[in-house]
Parts: sequence; C-alpha cells; structure tokens
Amino acid sequence: MKNNKVKDNTLKRIFSLILPYRLHLVFSLIFAAAYVALSLLAPIISGKAVDEMVGQGAVDLDAVLKFAVMYGLVVVFASLFQWIMTHLTNIISYRTVQKLRKDLFSKITDLSVGFIDSHPHGDIISRVITDVEQLSDGLLMGFSQLFTGLLTIVATIGFMFSINIGITLIVVVFTPISLFVASFIAKNTYSMFKKQSEIRGRMTALIEESVGGAKTVKMFGKADDFSEKIETVGEELRACGVRALFFSSITNPATRFVNNAVYAAVGILGAFSAINGNITVGQLSCFLTYANQYTKPFNEISGVIAEFVGAKASAARIFELLDETNVESSVSGENMPEEGGKVEFSNVSFSYSPDKPLIENFSLSVPDGKMIAIVGPTGCGKTTLINLLMRFYDVTHGSLDLNDIPVKTLDLDAHRRCFGMVLQDTWLKNGTVAENIAYGRTDVSREDIVAAAVKAHADSFISGLENGYDTVITEDGGNLSQGQKQLLCISRIMLSLPPMLILDEATSSIDTMTELRIRRAFDSMTEGRTSFVVAHRLSTITKADLILVMRDGKIVEKGTHSELLSNGGFYKDLYESQFETE
Amino acid sequence: MSATIYIRIYNEPKGSRFDLIKLLRYLKKHWLESIFGPLFKFLEACFELTVPVIMADMIDIGIKNADKEYVLRSGAIVVGLGLLGFVCALTAQFFAAKASMAFGTALRNDLYKHISSFSATELDRFGTSTLITRLGADVIQTQSGVNLVLRLLLRSPFIVVGAVAASFMIDVKLSLIFLVAVIILSLTVWLIMSRLLPLYKKTRKNLDRITVKTRENLTGARVVRSFSAGETERSEFNTAAEDLYSSQIISGKISALLNPLSFSVINLSAAVLMWFGALSVDSSAITQGQIIALLNYMTQILIALLALANLVVMITKSTASASRINEIFDEQPSVVEGEKELCSVENICFENVSYKYPGASAYAVDGLSFSIKKGMTVGIVGGTGSGKSTLVSLLLRQVDASEGKVLFNGQPISEYTFASLHSAVAAVPQKPALFSGTVRQNLLWRNENASDEELFAALDIAQASDFIAGDLDRPVAKAGSNLSGGQRQRLTIARALVGPSDVLVLDDSASALDYATDAKLRKAIASLPDNKTVIIVSQRIFAVKKADVILVLDEGKIVGSGTHDSLMRTCPVYAEICASQTQEAQNEK
Repeated sequence: MKNNKVKDNTLKRIFSLILPYRLHLVFSLIFAAAYVALSLLAPIISGKAVDEMVGQGAVDLDAVLKFAVMYGLVVVFASLFQWIMTHLTNIISYRTVQKLRKDLFSKITDLSVGFIDSHPHGDIISRVITDVEQLSDGLLMGFSQLFTGLLTIVATIGFMFSINIGITLIVVVFTPISLFVASFIAKNTYSMFKKQSEIRGRMTALIEESVGGAKTVKMFGKADDFSEKIETVGEELRACGVRALFFSSITNPATRFVNNAVYAAVGILGAFSAINGNITVGQLSCFLTYANQYTKPFNEISGVIAEFVGAKASAARIFELLDETNVESSVSGENMPEEGGKVEFSNVSFSYSPDKPLIENFSLSVPDGKMIAIVGPTGCGKTTLINLLMRFYDVTHGSLDLNDIPVKTLDLDAHRRCFGMVLQDTWLKNGTVAENIAYGRTDVSREDIVAAAVKAHADSFISGLENGYDTVITEDGGNLSQGQKQLLCISRIMLSLPPMLILDEATSSIDTMTELRIRRAFDSMTEGRTSFVVAHRLSTITKADLILVMRDGKIVEKGTHSELLSNGGFYKDLYESQFETE
Repeated sequence: MSATIYIRIYNEPKGSRFDLIKLLRYLKKHWLESIFGPLFKFLEACFELTVPVIMADMIDIGIKNADKEYVLRSGAIVVGLGLLGFVCALTAQFFAAKASMAFGTALRNDLYKHISSFSATELDRFGTSTLITRLGADVIQTQSGVNLVLRLLLRSPFIVVGAVAASFMIDVKLSLIFLVAVIILSLTVWLIMSRLLPLYKKTRKNLDRITVKTRENLTGARVVRSFSAGETERSEFNTAAEDLYSSQIISGKISALLNPLSFSVINLSAAVLMWFGALSVDSSAITQGQIIALLNYMTQILIALLALANLVVMITKSTASASRINEIFDEQPSVVEGEKELCSVENICFENVSYKYPGASAYAVDGLSFSIKKGMTVGIVGGTGSGKSTLVSLLLRQVDASEGKVLFNGQPISEYTFASLHSAVAAVPQKPALFSGTVRQNLLWRNENASDEELFAALDIAQASDFIAGDLDRPVAKAGSNLSGGQRQRLTIARALVGPSDVLVLDDSASALDYATDAKLRKAIASLPDNKTVIIVSQRIFAVKKADVILVLDEGKIVGSGTHDSLMRTCPVYAEICASQTQEAQNEK
C-alpha cells in the first residue's frame, strides 16, 4: 500500500467528522446488536413452538401460547430497535452531510478567482453534491449495514452450530456460492454496461445537438437526416442494451437457484438427522429459515465493500477541496479611504501561467476622477487589467497603489466595495428582480431600487414582466434576454454608486438607442469618479480622458481620441474600419 | 432568441395514472414477448409456491415414517422445481429485456419525429433543455419502468395471492389469518409509500437549491466578491442546507418505518398462526409439516410485498416520465405544411400582419404591411425588442401570423411545402448553429451535391476563406464550439450561400464580426446576382444604408420605410438610431 499514509489520514478525518455524534454512534451499535440478536432468536422460538405440535391430542397448548406470545414480543422489539438504529444512523449521516456541505460552500466563497477560473465548475459542484452523498451512503450508512451484516453472519453461525454441526457446515460452505455467482455475472456484464453507456453518451450528444439546433435543422429541412441518425444509434443501443439488461437480470434467478439447492440439501440432511433423532422437526424448520436468510447479509456486505472504495475516494476529493490553499489573501488590513480614486500601476508584471508572460513592466498613473478607456484586440490584456484592479488576481511583480496605498495592505472587502463593476458576462442570481438589483445590500428600500432601475432604463421592461420587480429570475437569468440582463447589472451598480467604476463591455448586448440613453446616465455617474471602460464599439469611448491601445499585454498607443486619430496609428485604423460603408 | 418579454414559466404536467399505459402502444411489435415474459414469470412463481408443500410432505411422511427414500425424492423434486423456475426466469428476463429495449427505441424515434414537426412556438414553449431531458432521461426511465413491470408485475402479486390460496387449500380457517395479514400489510405499505413520495419530491427540490447555489457562486465568483457578498451567500446556503436536513430527517424517519413495520405485521400474524395452528394440529385438522409450510408462506408474502412496494415507486417515477413524454405528444405543431411547390419567388407581401407570443399580453409585431419585389435589397432596422426577429420568424414560417397574411407570389405562405420554401429562401439565423462534423458537411446542408468550387465561392463571399484556409475537412465540434463567435457566423453565412435560392435573409448575422470584416462582407453580398432578393436585419445603420428600401421598426410597428436619405428626413426614430451610431452623437454633448 503506497498511499497508506494518505489513506489513514482520510479515515482519521472521516472519524473526526462523526466524533461529535459518538453517543449516537454507540447507541446505534447497541440497538443494532439487540436487533440482530432478537431477529435471530425468532426462528428458534417458532421452531420450539412447532416442536410442541406433534400431532392430534399431543399439543402442549400452554407451551405454544407461551412461545407465540414470546415470538410476538421478540419481533415487536426487534422492529422497534431496527427503527431506532436507522433513525440514529440517519441523524449522524445527514448532520455530517450538512456540516460538510456548509464547510465546502464556505470554502468556495473563500477561494481565489484564479482557482475557480482554472477548475471546471462541474467538478467542484460534483464534490459538493455527489461526493458528499457518496460519502454518506457508502461510509456512514454502509458502516451500520456492515456492522449488522457481520453480526448477523457471526450470530447465525453461532446459533446454528449450537443446534447441529453437520447441517451448519453445509449452510456455511455452500450458501456463499450464490455470492460467487453474483459477482461472476457482475464482472461479465461490466463490459456490456460500459459499452452501453458509451453508446448512450453518443445518443445524448446527438439529441442535444439536434434539439439544441432544432430551428436551424427545420429551416434547412434536415429533420429526416437526424431522425435517421437517431434511429441508427438507437438500434445500436437497443442491441447492446438487450444483452446488458438480460445478463444483469440473470443475477437474481441464479442466486435464487443456488439458494434453492442449498435449501433442498439442508432439508434432506435435516430430515435424515431428524429420522436419526439428532434434531427435532422444529429445529429443522429453524434451520430452513436460517438457510433462507443467510445470503442476505453477504449480499449487503459485498455491496457495502464496493461502495466503500468509492466513498473513500469521494472523501479524499472532499478533503482536497477543503484543504485548498489557493484562497483569497484576506488581510484585514487598512481600510480604504472613502474618498478619492487615484490608481497607480508601477512596473507591474503578471501572467496566468509562468511560461506565457502576458503583462510586463506595465506602468500607468490615473489621477482621481478620470475616465480611462482600454481598447485592443481579443487577448490583449484588457480583462486582465480589470482582474488586477479588482484583485481577483494579484500582480506577480511591481505594485498597484490606490490613493498611494499599496493594495496588498488594504482590506480586501473594503477595496472591492470601492469599485462598481459591470461585465459583459452578465451574472444574476436565482431570486427576484428586486433582490438582484439590491444585491449585496440589505438596507435599501423599494423606492431606491426602482429609482436605480429607472436610471438604468431598465424600469420599462421590468414593469412589463409578469410580476414586475417581484418576478423571479431563474438560474442565470434564463428567462431574460442578454440585453435585459445587462440592464439589470447596470441597475445594480446605479444603486450602490461606488467611487470607482469598471465597465467591461457593459453595453455590448444593448441596442444603440438604449445605450445612448444609458450612456447619459453613465456620464452623470462617471462624473468625478475614476472609471475604466472597455468597449468594442469605439464610438462609446471617444470622450475618455485617456485611451490605452493595448496589444499583447503592452500599451502600444496612449492619448485622447483626437490625439490618437492625428497620430495615425493602430487606433486610427481600428476606428475608421467601423465607418467603412463601401 | 429575440428580446421579446416573454417569460416561460414551466410547470410539471398534471398527468394521469394512465400515462404509462398510454405509451404501451410501443410494445405492439413485441406483443408476443410482452405476454410470454410475464407468463414465464408466473410459472416461476408457481414452482416457488410448490416448494413449501413438498417440504411439508417431507416432514409429515418422510420423517414420520423414517422413509429416507421419500426424503431424497422430495429433495430432488425441490431442486428440480428450482431448475425449472430458473429456466422460466431466464426466458422471462430475456423477453422482458427484448421487449422493453424495443419499446424505448421505438418511443424515442417517434418522439424525435414528433419534436421535429414542432414550429418555433412549440420549441420555445418547452425549451431546449426540457426537450432534451424528455428524449433522454425520460425515455430511459419509462423503458426501465416497462422492463420492471414485465418482470415483476405478475410475479409479486401472484406470490401474494398464491400464498394465500395455498394456505386456503391447507386449511380454510387458518387462511383467514393470511387474508387479514395481507390486507394490513398492504395498507401499511401503501400508507408509508403515499406519505413518502411527496417528501422525496421536497427533498429533491431542496437538493436542487443546494446545486443552484453552488453553481451560482462559481459562475458569479467575480460579482459575489465585488459586492463582498460572501457572508450573505453563506447564510443563504446554510438555510438551504438546514432545510435539506430537516426534509431528509422527516423522510428518513418514515422510510425507516417500512421494514420494521412490515416485519412486525407479518410476524405478529405468524404468532397468531402458531396459536390457532396448534389448536388445529391438536384437533388433527392439519399436520406439523403443514404448520411449517404455512409459516414459510408468511415469509414469502413479506418478501413479495416489499418487492411490490419498490415496483410501485418505480412505476410512479416512470409514470411521471410518461406524463412528461405524453405532454409532448399531445402538443400539436401550430405550423402545418402546405402542398404547393414554391418555384420562383417573384414577390413577398405582408398584409396587416400581427403576431403575439403565447402568454404575452402585447403584440410583438403589430399590423405590418409591406411588399418586396424580386431582386430588391431590403433593410430592416430597429432597437432591441422592436420586432425584427419576429418578422423574420414569420417570413421563414417558423411561426404563423396571429392576424393578417404573409403572401409569397400572392398565395398565403401556409400553402407551400416546407421543402420548397426552404430551398427558395436561404436564411442565416441570428444564433449561429453549426453541427458536429466537418466544415464541408456543414456547408452542404442546402445542397448535398455542391462542388468544392461552389463551397469555396460561398466561403469567399462570407469572408471565411482565410480561417478555413482551403481545408474543407476541418473538424467542427458540437455546436461549433471549437470556433469563435465570428467564425461561426461566417460559416453560417456561407452555408446559406451554397445552392440556388431566390431570397437571402440575414438576421443580424454579422454582430460578432469586427467592423472591417463586416464592411467586406457587405460589399460581397452587394455583388450577388441582381435577381436575388436580399433581406438584411440589423441594429447597425451601416449594414442597411445602401438597401433599396429600409423598414424601421419600433415597438412592433413600422414607423418608417424608404431609402436612407428619405428616412433621415422623414423618420425621427431612424434619425435617432443613426445619430446614436455616428461620431456626431458623441460630439453633440
């Protein structure tokens, strides 16, 4: 075992998770043991009752009544204990799940943006959802099953040996054959299921593509082609599915058959022993019941063990995320002075990966209240500058100062509260329109919200929604157009009005007329505020105090609109190309 | 797609109990397997029910008479019955697998055909992700439901009924205990299940909240941080996690009742059986071996009823899936194909056309009237939500007008076949949709026999030659995800240019292109043969400036039509849009 150390650690941490519930655990084990003992006692009692019923006139009715009442009590208490045991295990497992999820989520809110950018979201989500579930099913629930299962096996063998050794040996040796049969079938169907899920994957892709592009498919009259493709893959899936389904469904009949054979063997041997007077008929009946029940714990345990491996892997993935050190350096440093928006980049270098340098020796001094526009082709570093300004990423070399204070010494939250940000990539949360506009704030009235929406020219479309400001926006604004989402994001900023603004393609999905109106609102907003504007449409930035033309992480041109035009460089080409009508 | 204010609120279909049964028509082809599968299962159950009787005889005759031969023979019969049962079960499983897989396949094929008959209205009503789930997960769920029904529906109830019947044959009075036990047990199971299902749904919903919250905080990491809203988000998540916990605990408490309660009911009945059985044995009504057989039947009933309970859960799930599928089958396409062939498009005419999206209160387009003659270039401009995209949908017959008429060559558009309409009108949709395959495969959509020269010519016009670089076999990933937005747009333009067409419709199809490329594209489009009608929809004035006629849309109405110069003088909306897009607008302030 190479990973012994890591593994031990994982188990240890799992153990520490359930430590607060040790009392629950102890009691659940006690109740489990009591339940197992009582449920195994039941066949013995019924066997004894049967032994009293020898034949006509030879029945000891008092004894039978005693056994019947005893039997009733035993099963009622066994059931009660089983229920208590399950309930206790549920409490342990669901509480642990809840705690883990809360910790994981809290971790997510602390992670650095860099980590989130570079890790697939689906992977992180599956850690919070699936892996936690797997851990609780496999380890916590599994633990109680394993315990009761093992206890049942040991106790059954003990009870049986106390009655008759020969017959017990048959049950003990032959019953597990059904397990081998089951695992043999499982092993052989595995490849079929693998193939089936591969074909299913292709089918899903095909469905997604044809339904996702249904309008285009229809426009070009291609529905029949796709229909044919779906039928072809469907036929493949059917052929493979029949085999996988059939072979996997052999398991139950096959184990039933093996059990049946063992049952017959116990019957014959038991009958012989009874004829020889070694056991009573009641004991034989008890044996038959045991033989029937004996495979169940084996099946459960083998299932639990398979899940154990998966659960431990899940636990490791959960702990890995919890231990992630790439979190935001939240130094609760100096507070940002409320006023002023002086920004200074001095000799800043930054890159996302060390082998691909992006921004190098970048210096820029922005006086308070100026509007800086950044233009340039895709990948030139515009968005990176914003990442640095918002401290989503920290500079590799050089320093960034706000009002002459190095940002690294500033309180992170306070720093960010100084900036209002509207990104091209609109984000809305699942909640009402009003909740989204008032995002991050608790102290605003409905009037303030409406006023902000009016300023952003979003009020008219919001009023047209079914429930106005109380319309629930589905996840990521699925029920709004891109332009409407952008208007809401702008309203959000209109409400908070921080001292500095970042507008990254803030109006790219809004038509030019609406944009013109919003820009007037922006103009009054940027008045006296330091603002950084990235825009595709160059017409929107001609008024900037300073335009930076960037290319490959460097500033290639710099100046006001008219200066840059008269210089006749890259900017001029870019600007003129949009008016080319010929 | 368009900016229409149209909120889709999707509700689970009500559905009925019979939704799964309705779909059983897809088993028709395999009716033999569907009948014989359960029958073989039934046989297996018969064999299984015989075993306790034989064991009883083994005890009563074999042991009592010390007849070892009889004991051996009985044992052999039990094994033989087991073997027969095994063979029957295998046959049944095979039939069930075959029939249910064929069911799923036929259902999927038919469902896809039905979906592909939908117009844009129905597609938008359901939404893409809903339709994908129905075709995928829901079909698989009904398929497994059918499989389980074929395998278990006859077996489990039969074992219950058969065990009661067997007890009836052994002793009529004692069988009453069985009857009462089965009734109480069924009631118990039903009661627990009916409480449990809504609780499961609630738990599911709470888990979905957890997922949504997690995903939101990953996609919106920047915004959450920029508002320093981590604390709020955490407390919202914690509330969701606590809600999930309480719903899990409640449903856990109830589901944990199922096993102990049914175990109690059956075994208390067994205790009662012991007492009355003892009385019967004492009065010689039954034998010792028969008591053992009766106790055995009790256990078989318990196992069969619990299996039945699981089956009910599966059937409930499958019925829900079937309801969702039936809901799609019940939806009829609102746009129905005509029979005439559209040969050459001489003119297109809108007569007082209005359209209202389902559920919307206002018209998306209202009283549109205009006509387009062959060879004209028509520009359509307007802001977000002005009705441009709706106009295009009407023109391509993705939707039918609520009021008024759309005429091609003087005949209503609804009288033509889809095929002839699509071949006469080549369209470039607003959202560039490409499909996995190669560039060539994507370009051949309108004409499968187009030569490479034709394809290259189309790529040239679409300004796509440079990045294709002569490689028509370059792979295109699903939905064109390996290409940039601009590249996708240019390929969809090229696709529309392959093959003959009378009308070319460009629906805001250059929005992702930079100005220089856009300008080159416009120039190339303008050089197309004169007899081709071109309809350009755009937000950019520059794109339509040179058109023969420009229609200006505002809030669903045509507020101006004419050439650029005349509109500048007569149409204030047009002048305003124009001003918002030119340099003068900046300097006016």
